[in-house]
Amino acid sequence: MAISKDHLLWMYETMYKIRCYEDKMAEAYAEGKSPVFNIGAGPVPGEMHLATGQEPAAAGMCVHLKKEDTVTAPHRPHHHAIAKGVDLNRMTAEIFGKATGLGKGKGGHMHLFDPDVKFSCGGIVGAGIPHALGAALAAKKRGTDWVAVAFIGEGAANQGAFHESLNMAALWKLPLIVVIENNQYGISVPKTASTAVPSNDVRAAAYGIKGYYVKDNDPIDMYNVSKEAVERARTGQGPSIIEIETYRYLGHFQGDPEVYRDKNEVTLLRQKDPIIRLRNYLLNECGVTEETIAQLENKATFEVDQAYAFARESDYPKPEEALEDVFV
Amino acid sequence: MQQTKQRLLTGNKALAEAIRLEMERDPNVFVMGEDVGVYGGIFGATEGLFQKFGPERVIDTPISETAFIGAAIGAAAEGMRPIVELMFVDFFGVCMDQIYNHMAKIPYMSGGRVKLPMVLMTAVGGGYSDAAQHSQTLYATFAHLPGMKVVAPSTPYDLKGMMISAIRDDNPVVFMFHKTLQGLGWMDQLDASIGHVPEEAYTVPLGKANIVREGTDITIVGIQMTVHQALEAAKRLEQQGIQAEVIDLRSLVPLDKETIIQSVKKTHRLLVVDEDYLSYGMTAEIAAIAAEHCLYDLEAPVKRIAVPDVPIPYSRPLEQFVLPNADKIFREAIQLVNE
Ligand SMILES: Cc1ncc(C[n+]2csc(CCOP(=O)(O)OP(=O)(O)O)c2C)c(N)n1
Ligand SMILES: [Mg+2]
Repeated sequence: MAISKDHLLWMYETMYKIRCYEDKMAEAYAEGKSPVFNIGAGPVPGEMHLATGQEPAAAGMCVHLKKEDTVTAPHRPHHHAIAKGVDLNRMTAEIFGKATGLGKGKGGHMHLFDPDVKFSCGGIVGAGIPHALGAALAAKKRGTDWVAVAFIGEGAANQGAFHESLNMAALWKLPLIVVIENNQYGISVPKTASTAVPSNDVRAAAYGIKGYYVKDNDPIDMYNVSKEAVERARTGQGPSIIEIETYRYLGHFQGDPEVYRDKNEVTLLRQKDPIIRLRNYLLNECGVTEETIAQLENKATFEVDQAYAFARESDYPKPEEALEDVFV
Repeated sequence: MQQTKQRLLTGNKALAEAIRLEMERDPNVFVMGEDVGVYGGIFGATEGLFQKFGPERVIDTPISETAFIGAAIGAAAEGMRPIVELMFVDFFGVCMDQIYNHMAKIPYMSGGRVKLPMVLMTAVGGGYSDAAQHSQTLYATFAHLPGMKVVAPSTPYDLKGMMISAIRDDNPVVFMFHKTLQGLGWMDQLDASIGHVPEEAYTVPLGKANIVREGTDITIVGIQMTVHQALEAAKRLEQQGIQAEVIDLRSLVPLDKETIIQSVKKTHRLLVVDEDYLSYGMTAEIAAIAAEHCLYDLEAPVKRIAVPDVPIPYSRPLEQFVLPNADKIFREAIQLVNE
């Protein structure tokens, strides 16, 4: 399959940006939480689920999407939001609880909504799948070639909403793609202890739809598989499931004691980091220069820095604003 | 006078101890839920149980609430005594059919012939910026629906005693524990989340309120966090010469009306404080009880403090604005007494 170099460069930049973003978020989140960790303290309070290590899923899929395509994401949403082109300043301001945020500080990190690029996410496991199903239904009813992508964790594939939605999508041949990021755990529970099948792509057979499996967090493979699934959806050939074997470098949430896994596990995973792998691929197989790579990296870092500065400089909402927006 | 030895436990350890004692006593008791095993429950309610009883009796489930809560119903109908954990009460949405159409109704629809001796335990509460889908208490949502006991203890002592009662109860019990009262190292540290807990098994009845502070000038009714906030406010009211009586409801279903009525007859003023939404909630229920049973004893209209009918916002200033606290209680109480 032909791979566009521009696409790969976009993917690299996006993955790099996501990594910078999450690294910076880990630092911001830790502020005000030492020497004693307190989940409610600091400039970024509440739960914080970071996607460090899981960049290929978001970048490899979203490179094929346009603004009109819908993305729904779960509680771990930053990588999807960035790849879908959510306004980085307003997203960061939202996570800092500021009035300039996407939801004026009402939503927070698990509840980011950017209708301009048709992105949403939420804190209830599996809940985004039917929303993507509905977007796919709307696309079909209106005769557009738009598609809808629901990103979920492997844990969410055991929710009723997953099975109910896929059956309907198959029945009505809707342009729905469910991307399952198998990062091996649902909080502390390893996939082997929660899921009866070795990988979720095989569940596609139950609905008579396409199932794809991407091994070892491979960005190129994710790119190829997503391309095919999106093309199929756009041309009326119906839904698909993509499962990607991916890795969560950090705890389920920041502050997770991670008693359920060997500390060495992550050290080994980082040795085959997908960003480094893609970088090497670009340099060695695509004739991209170090200079080009550095330019992309600088651009990404700059954007991320800007977003954090914007968030920090913005004002908090006024307390009484809590009462607004219940009804529109 | 005999000296009682004080053994201090956090809320979560008191809960886990209650479950451990009952699991030792009765082989029919087992625990099921997400991350209740090695992790010990996200809010520590099953700490140490997996290590003691193993994966056969402390079962990590997939993220399939309808199936595992429904399975607890099925197992309870067979005579087992399951304790299932719904990690956050907010997640009830994905499994409420099992809870209110089945768990709560099967005993009634069967004319009392099918018993469901199960406990649905769940974490409630906000105040730490976990936003709209992870911060609710939803006390009234559950208490409104007939057929399940709904309890919400406020101290480690009651957490243990009421959990033992809940496990031994032949009815389904929704057991709500407040995150901030679990005494977890990674949340706000509250003195009230640590307290004396005897080592042996003991029960605290479900459906009996507790007068945690006696007073003559105003009755303040609360549950879980709002009890502790009311106690703090009461201390400051005392400095103003106002003696507040504080009632910890402990249980919403059954509701101890008598304790409320007697208190209002004594103080003639009633302030109800709730971390749940205002409308159609616990505060309205208590106010209605006062209106029905002791209206002529009241010297001023009943006052209520609760979340003002908005989802719980994320940003700290917004969330603090909507949640009850000791300041708000103090201010309302002063006004009420001067009315
Ligand atoms: C309905 C529901 N049940 C439980 C939870 C608590 N919870 C949040 S994330 C999570 C694990 C999700 O695992 P997975 O889908 O694999 O996503 P990951 O966190 O690994 O990205 C759980 C159990 C929830 N948010 N919603
Ligand atoms: Mg996972």
